[in-house]
Amino acid sequence: MVTPAVRVEGLEHTFRQKGREVRALDRVDLEVGEGEFVALVGPSGCGKSTLLRVLAGLLVPTGGSAEVGGVSAVGRPGLVAFMPQKDLLLPWRRALANAALGLEVHGVPRKEARARARALFGVFGLEGFEQAWPVQMSGGMRQRLALLRTFLVPSRVLLLDEPFGALDAITRRGMHAWLQAVLALEPRTVLLVTHDVEEALVLADRVVVMSPRPGRLVEEVAAPFPRAREPGIVTSPGFVAAKARVLAALGEGGGTLAEAGEERRAPGA
Amino acid sequence: MRVLQGAARGVSRAAGAYGPSAVLLALLVVGWEAWVRVFDTRPYILPAPSRIWEGFWGTKGLLPEHIRTTLAEAVLGLGFGAAAGVAIAVLVAGIPLVRRVLMPLLVVSQTVPMVVLAPLLIVWFGFGMTPKVVVVALWGFFPVAVATADGLMHADREMVGLVRSMGGNRLQVLRYIAVPAALPAFFSGLKIAAAYAVGGAVVGEWIGASSGLGLYITRAQTSFRVDRVFVAVVLIALLSMLLFAAVHMLARLATPWMYVKTEEETT
Ligand SMILES: Nc1ncnc2c1ncn2[C@@H]1O[C@H](COP(=O)(O)OP(=O)(O)OP(=O)(O)O)[C@@H](O)[C@H]1O
Ligand SMILES: [Mg+2]
Repeated sequence: MVTPAVRVEGLEHTFRQKGREVRALDRVDLEVGEGEFVALVGPSGCGKSTLLRVLAGLLVPTGGSAEVGGVSAVGRPGLVAFMPQKDLLLPWRRALANAALGLEVHGVPRKEARARARALFGVFGLEGFEQAWPVQMSGGMRQRLALLRTFLVPSRVLLLDEPFGALDAITRRGMHAWLQAVLALEPRTVLLVTHDVEEALVLADRVVVMSPRPGRLVEEVAAPFPRAREPGIVTSPGFVAAKARVLAALGEGGGTLAEAGEERRAPGA
Repeated sequence: MRVLQGAARGVSRAAGAYGPSAVLLALLVVGWEAWVRVFDTRPYILPAPSRIWEGFWGTKGLLPEHIRTTLAEAVLGLGFGAAAGVAIAVLVAGIPLVRRVLMPLLVVSQTVPMVVLAPLLIVWFGFGMTPKVVVVALWGFFPVAVATADGLMHADREMVGLVRSMGGNRLQVLRYIAVPAALPAFFSGLKIAAAYAVGGAVVGEWIGASSGLGLYITRAQTSFRVDRVFVAVVLIALLSMLLFAAVHMLARLATPWMYVKTEEETT
């Protein structure tokens, strides 16, 4: 049996602060195969970011196990390429230096790291902005830069926390096509968190649905088409059916779907 | 052509920024001169600006030496003070126990009046430059230490997490996040210290020195040359501004991202 790229078993986490307890994750089991693209959807506050932070080694969970490439990631950062929900560009570094950060942290000499980053600026639609400061870039550019920085971290596993959250619908669609192209060029294992059910079904091979807090996995839906899905498929019957299943799972989780309201409006519309 | 235009724009911007201050200063000087002449104020009470200028002209051969001494003491003291301030900030920010033990003592250290301490320093270090440098350093380390410690402690935790997620160790977190995040605060502290450095050196010299503006002042006072006291006051102000401007330039070079102008902010 091949070791999966990511394996999470019985993962639970409770935040404790001044006597108040918030149970964020409740016995989550998840496997992501080597080269697989899995999307994680769920209502706001259900623990998606918490799960990624555990896998990134930044948060020690109160229970269960989390492995990356067969190695426990608990309290052990450095195994994955992690893109946090905020872009977290360093204001004191120009775009190029921001992109090269992961390589530099991994000990690649600065000059080589920046040369490798520079080579990808065109692909990420950032050509000509190598010397810009983050404050001089638009929200979409900042997110692409954060994504480029994540891509350059030398790890097979990408954890992306709402990478397109700050983008408008049109730019977002462009970014989907582009992400698919980049992944076709250089395949990686991806775990993507998103609020957008369509985005999840267009990009991922498999969509995993989480319940409201405390987050549990309540449903798994395989994407109805093989990779390189065109934006046009969103109106095909297979896609609509898959989307309806995801939305139903989100609804069943109970509670209010604050952020999922838009998706809930009209499956099949 | 572009360079010329740029230079012209720079000059007009400087005129716009400093023009009002210059006009106000000129008005003050003129008013002062008029007051002294109209009310015929005695020069040992308040000398007129023209009289101060004469005082300056009469001692201009002596002044460069005094200026050099005072400036050297101020710059050296500022350097040592900044170094000590950074060292203390690193300890205070890095080790909670040190923070609790040291912080109250540091505050207390600033309540000891320098005029009380300076004679002691002269007893300990003699009449040379050392006690003056120590006075400036004792004055300057505090704002640097407090500001830098604050900057170090408020490094964005999520940015720290980002570098750690990349496998970064403590040293790399310090290098890529904490240090650059603390630099602007460090320079704020250094600017405050720079503004007081020349004054600190003069206080040190005042107690006892063989050269420096403090000595120049004591001599002027013993011979009731109030005009020369004012000469020294003006020089101290000019030197302080010079030092402050130098630190500002340093800050611009070391933290360029703090001075980036984005479109909406330029208007
Ligand atoms: N550091 C923390 N301390 C205390 N509680 C926390 C902390 N981080 C997260 N939580 C709580 O844990 C729960 C899950 O948070 P998490 O950020 O994982 O949600 P999420 O699914 O990513 O939400 P969103 O979609 O809005 O980003 C929330 O109720 C949140 O308030
Ligand atoms: Mg989140």
